[in-house]
Amino acid sequence: MADIEITEAIDPGVSRRNFIKGVIAAGAAVGSANYMFRGVGALFAQPTSPGAVERLITLTVNGQQRRVDVMKQETLAMTLRYKLGLTGTKLGCDRSECGACTVLLDGVPHYSCSILTQSVRGREVKTIEGLAAEDGTLHPVQQAVVDEQGFQCAFCMSGFVMSTVGFLEGNPNPTRAELAHGLSGNLCRCADYDKILTTMERAAENMRQA
Amino acid sequence: MAVIRDMMPVFELFQPASVEDATALLREHGEQAWVMAGGLDSFDWFKDRVKRPAVVVDLGGIEALKGIESTADGLEIRAMTPLTDVVRHPEVREHYGLLSKAAELVASPQIRNQGTLGGNNSQDTRCWYYRDGWTCYRAGGNICYADTPTSMNREHAIFGADRCVAVNPSDTAPALIALDAKMVVQTADGERVVNAEDYFIGPGIDIMRMTVLQPGDLLTSIRIPSTWAGAKFYFEKVRDRQVWDFPLVNVASAIRVSGGTIEDARVAVNGVAPYPMRLTAVEDAIRGASQDEATAERAGEMAVRGARPLRQNAYKIPLMRNLVKRSIRVEA
Repeated sequence: MADIEITEAIDPGVSRRNFIKGVIAAGAAVGSANYMFRGVGALFAQPTSPGAVERLITLTVNGQQRRVDVMKQETLAMTLRYKLGLTGTKLGCDRSECGACTVLLDGVPHYSCSILTQSVRGREVKTIEGLAAEDGTLHPVQQAVVDEQGFQCAFCMSGFVMSTVGFLEGNPNPTRAELAHGLSGNLCRCADYDKILTTMERAAENMRQA
Repeated sequence: MAVIRDMMPVFELFQPASVEDATALLREHGEQAWVMAGGLDSFDWFKDRVKRPAVVVDLGGIEALKGIESTADGLEIRAMTPLTDVVRHPEVREHYGLLSKAAELVASPQIRNQGTLGGNNSQDTRCWYYRDGWTCYRAGGNICYADTPTSMNREHAIFGADRCVAVNPSDTAPALIALDAKMVVQTADGERVVNAEDYFIGPGIDIMRMTVLQPGDLLTSIRIPSTWAGAKFYFEKVRDRQVWDFPLVNVASAIRVSGGTIEDARVAVNGVAPYPMRLTAVEDAIRGASQDEATAERAGEMAVRGARPLRQNAYKIPLMRNLVKRSIRVEA
């Protein structure tokens, strides 16, 4: 029925060629939509499936409520960097193998490249941007980095700093070996580990005094 | 494979809040559905476009699958408990130190904060031919790329190969086998309890799966009986680098000694076969023997009997022999 109505509604001025082109374009759009949104059909068929997730969600990032539109397959690192503008979190390997993207979830270090943004709803996300105080006073760990000039190129720095903040929370007085174990999930391609550990020992000292 | 720094391909995501909802979703979507625990194994597959499930069921929101509690006969660790919690739990440390030691040697701190005990035991193999998307037996094809005269197979199996020569990469699996743990599996027909050593299957049983889990099944918890609480434990993992890496070979043993005589023992190794191997022949041979260098030597020799190395992994034979030996002569 619908087809007949559309046919009747077509302006007699539309040429046969344009009509066919239009049909082809519509077909292509339908075809690629099917490719790009594979799996969505399952949701449309089950609008009330338990556990279905929404695109518009609210995240708690550095103490602020942030409304954001996320895809289901989007990782937290992508959301932080490209939707919320928090580019202090770095993406190195995107495979949980380097630690550059480390952020704190409820105070615990996680690789933000390897967790879905949908999985951090209701959790407290903290990135390197959220460490300094409102008045700009640096976090004791950040201050240690400045004081010791702890990094060479510093691409890995925000990950190391976040790991250190998370680690010192549970171990405020670590030995150098314990610190090395605690930060072993972060890589530095400059291989500046000795200086980083010295820096983070100072960070622990700063934290104890703070 | 080249690292692709963009979004993973689209999938439909479900984050159910209960086991019932999760199993209903799995039943509804059948073979299209992918079960995700911590996600650390899953995301590699998705990012590399090697596995492209239409539906992902994320178990991360199910509170009933998290936590450790004491039971009348030992300990119950829910499947979605992060490895860090297993490592730190006082009772695990005190009575089942074998498991906390094994869990602490998994990957890196951040991965242990997110990766779960259930996931560590249900993860897929690391064979890079398979993981890079080659259509091998395990991927539904009809060839093993890791077992040819020119294959790179330094990390592959010396036991239990059946067309596929990939190994099980879990560190906690041999510890659970040595502790005689029971895996609780939720199936369509109800709950099924499986011995840890029977949870893992070889390619001879099903070349496309690592565990007894069928599509729609869920591992819900792991029960550790008190049988081996406080026994003498030994765990050692040998790997190329000391963080992140999977084991080349690891060994776990639980031994009860009385007056210098081994009363009973359980020994398991991983990284040498497509499934973690419990060494029952070794256990039988050392039961009743005195715990000394000669017994340990004999255990090591026995453990590697029948090994069939590939082109590049003959080193695993002395490695496994010595690890088993060390695990038997464990210090008091």
